Formats: sequence, C-alpha cells, structure tokens
Amino acid sequence: MTLITRRNALVGGAGLMLAGCDQIIASPTTQSLLKIGEQATYGAGRIVTDRNALAREFTRAEMSPIFRANGTLNPGTAEYNAMVADNFANWQLRIDGLVAKPFTLGLAQIKAAPLRTQITRHDCVEGWSAIGEWTGVPLCLLLRRANVSSSARYVVFHCADFYSGTPYYESVDLIDAFHPQTILAHHMNGQPLTVNHGAPLRLRVERQLGYKQAKYVMRVEAVASLDGIHGGKGGFWEDHSGYQWFAGI
Amino acid sequence: MRVPVRCQHNRQGVTDLASIPTSGAVPDTVPPPAPPSPLPSPLPLVYRTKLAVRLWHWINAFSIFVMLMSGMMIFNAHPHLYWGQYGANFDTPWLTIGNRMHEGYLRIGSLEIPTTGFLGYAAETMRAFPPTVTLPGHYNLSGARQIHFGVAWLLGVSGTAFFLYALISGHLRRDLLLKREERSFAHLWHDIKEHARLRFPKGEAARSYNPIQKIAYLGVILILIPVVILTGLTMSPTMDAAWPWLTDIFGGRQSARSIHFLCAAGFAGFIVVHLLMVLLAGPFNELRSMITGWYRLPKENAPKENAK
Repeated sequence: MTLITRRNALVGGAGLMLAGCDQIIASPTTQSLLKIGEQATYGAGRIVTDRNALAREFTRAEMSPIFRANGTLNPGTAEYNAMVADNFANWQLRIDGLVAKPFTLGLAQIKAAPLRTQITRHDCVEGWSAIGEWTGVPLCLLLRRANVSSSARYVVFHCADFYSGTPYYESVDLIDAFHPQTILAHHMNGQPLTVNHGAPLRLRVERQLGYKQAKYVMRVEAVASLDGIHGGKGGFWEDHSGYQWFAGI
Repeated sequence: MRVPVRCQHNRQGVTDLASIPTSGAVPDTVPPPAPPSPLPSPLPLVYRTKLAVRLWHWINAFSIFVMLMSGMMIFNAHPHLYWGQYGANFDTPWLTIGNRMHEGYLRIGSLEIPTTGFLGYAAETMRAFPPTVTLPGHYNLSGARQIHFGVAWLLGVSGTAFFLYALISGHLRRDLLLKREERSFAHLWHDIKEHARLRFPKGEAARSYNPIQKIAYLGVILILIPVVILTGLTMSPTMDAAWPWLTDIFGGRQSARSIHFLCAAGFAGFIVVHLLMVLLAGPFNELRSMITGWYRLPKENAPKENAK
C-alpha cells in the first residue's frame, strides 16, 4: 500500500514549509518589523490625507439594495432586552472621561440635536462593501459640549453587546473623532436603527473599516491612553484577534 | 530559417551585429570572425545583470511570493468578487470560489468549474485557497493583513527605487524598451514562433533580452506592479477619502478589488512562465547570472553542419 502519493508529498512538503513560515511570522523580530509597517501605514495615511478629507458620499440610487448586517446581530442581554422592550425610553448615552463637563443624553434629546445625513460606503475588513444612508448627531458637537481636555488623545466607545463574553468597544484618535462625517447614527436608510444594525445608536467613522463602526454605543469616553482599557489595544477585535487598531486600510 | 540577429547595444566593445545579414539560410561557413569578438568555444562569461537588477529581483522574489500568499488568505475571508462601488453577500459576484461540503468549485459568471483538491475544498479545508498556499498557513485574517501591509512597503519602496534607477541609469531605455526594429509585427511574430518551438537566442543574441521577454518584464514593471499598488490603495477607506479620483479610475472599490485580484493572477501566471523559461534556458547559467551577474552565452547551434 502506497500512502505517499505525489500530491500527498507535495501537500505535506508545503505543509512543513508553511509550518516553518508560521514560526518565522510568529517570531518577535518579524512581529516587531510588521509593527513598524503598521505604524508607517498609519503615519502615511495621516500625512497624505487632509484631516478633514471627506469620505465619498453617494446618491440614493447608488445604495446597496440590501445592507448586510454583520457582527453582533442582537446583544440579547437582559439589560438590552429591557431597553428594546420600552423602545429605549430610559436608554442614556454618557459622555465622560477626560472632559470638563461630562453629561448624559436620552434618545429623544439626541434625535433633537443637529443632524447630519450621509450616504456612504461601509467597507468590511473581509473585503465586501455596502452603501447605506446614515443620520445622526456629529460626534464633534457632543465632544465640544463636553469640552474635551487637552490631555485626551483617543475617544473610546463602550457598547452594550458582548462578543464571546467580553464587552465590545472601539476607539479612534481625535482626528477621526472630530471629523465632520463622524456621527452617532440613530437612523439608517431613513428608518430608526434596527437591532441588527446597532439600535439605538451606532458610530459611523467613515474613513475606517467596518469593525470600527461600533454598534449599541452606551458611553463615549475621552482618554489619554488606551492602556488599561480592556485588553489595551483599543478595541475588541484588536484585543482578541490582533486586528489593526488603525483600520483606515 | 535563422533567427534574425538582434540589434546589440555596444557594451564592452561588442560589435553591433545588426550589420550581419538577417535572413536566409545560415551560410555553410561561419562568417569571418569579427575582429573584437570571435566566438570561441565555449563562449565567454559576460557580465549581463547589474547589481541593482539582481537586488531588486530577489527582493521581488520574496515580496511578491509573500504578497500572493497573504493575499490569498485575505481573499479567503470573502471569496467573491464584484464590479462597481459595492458588493456583498446579497449582490451578484462575477467570480466566486466556493464549496458544497467536500466539492470545491470556481464560478465565473454562470460558468462553474469543479476544482476539488485545488480550490474551494483542498487539503481537507473548506476555504477558497487551501492553507498549503496561504500565509499564515491557517485562517488568520488579521495576521495576513499585517503581513500584506508590511511587505507592501517593501514592494512599493523597492519598486519605486528600481523604477527611478532604470529610468536614470538608462536600463529601461537600453535593455527593456523594444528597439525600433523589434517593434514590427513580423519581428514579434517570429519571436513568438521561436518561443513556441522553445528555441531561444544563442550566442551574442542572448546577451540582451529578446522582445517577448522585454514585453513580459515591461508588463510587470509598468502595468502589474503600479496597478496592483494603486488598486490596493483604493481598497483603503482613508485613501479613498484622500484621493477619490483614484477610486474613480478603477470604477469603484469593488472593481478595484477585482482588478487587484486579476493583477495577482497575472503575477502568478508570470511566475509560472518565468520559472519555466529559466528551466528551459538552463537554470544553472540563469541563476548564476541573477546571483553574480555573470552569464555564459549559449553556443550557436550549427544546424546546417550537423545535417546529413
């Protein structure tokens, strides 16, 4: 009985080679080199991009017929279910951290705030894109009202959903936090945000990938450093699967 | 028929051979040896490949393989391609690599090709590209992205440096661009036929690249590498905000993603043909030339003498 066919030998040989490749990739030297690449990408992105450069906005005719919901489709916790049951009447958004005037807002107050509507393309890290219309309050209005301290460097979004038992969260730098298209959206395609798309409020940070678009946002916190917040890498996917904190590429 | 003798640039005092008759049967007697370059046996080693070319070649050999392998892992995250601005699961892809349990397939438009064992399902894995050819060698999107975007710097920076070198040093004009007489259809057709018969230039004619070879290299340097980098940038939402015109050139982000993939297929095709040519042309001599720069000109065949 011959068990070593040519294909087996090829596949096996390639497998051994790749096991070696994986070891090389996992080595601290390779990882630190790749980290330099990541920093270069973030730095170059910031150098060539005007900080207020707008993501392209589309017309209604250019929208995806169906906008795919991804990630958590329903937080499903007792607390969240209770909020859905009373239509988010007692839901509150908290803005705090390194700010002079922390405050909370109910959903009705947020909906009464100045609006921005934008039809933008959502790019998932996996490669697909969907175009949808988002309406919400520009984050910069809330941050200005809270008067962010000069020591703050990042804005962290704490969410109501859990992923494999850990709370979802995300963070952006102040350039993206104050960007005119960065909004906390409560409407999508002209309708109140549905549960699978992040009701009652989700982040839209249009120059970054889908995993930055935190759903079910409960709290916006200004911080000086991402250390000490959950895994310290600035977001759920960053902590758990090594995704790049700068998701502009 | 004889290969028309190609125009040689004067390097290291080599006589321009274009003056030698270019058609008709080879004379029974070898033409009287030109004074500066008699053709002794074996032919001498010539310094054919400059350091910058060799260096860039080996950087590319590394970076393009890594980019292809990590790129295939990234493709596995969403093995569908679309045209236009958007495209996701509810939209119609023009290309899908998928599987029905243990049957892999490649679907292009409405054409479905069974690919079990190669694509869709291979190495007991239900992925578009099997783990044996991806980097990392298991499903790891964030790891593949980290590698892809790190090595992209190597590809982009070395490619730009090489292009500037080729432009300034004259390598592009002297060695890569087609000479005037090479630009005729008849000349190219002849070269294609010679390649198809696996007959490659010998003697002094082997000192420079042949027209098909030049076209292949120019295709990589002037088309594949720039387009793969630009379509790569177009997939970045930050770059799209900075340079929206770039996205327009390619017809939208999903079109750019499709073109990026087609470029990758172009690189893969180039590598297959390139390696095949190295094997056919003499791997030892070719490798020596790409490592040390020194190349031994292949001996001229003398078919008439051997006949009968």
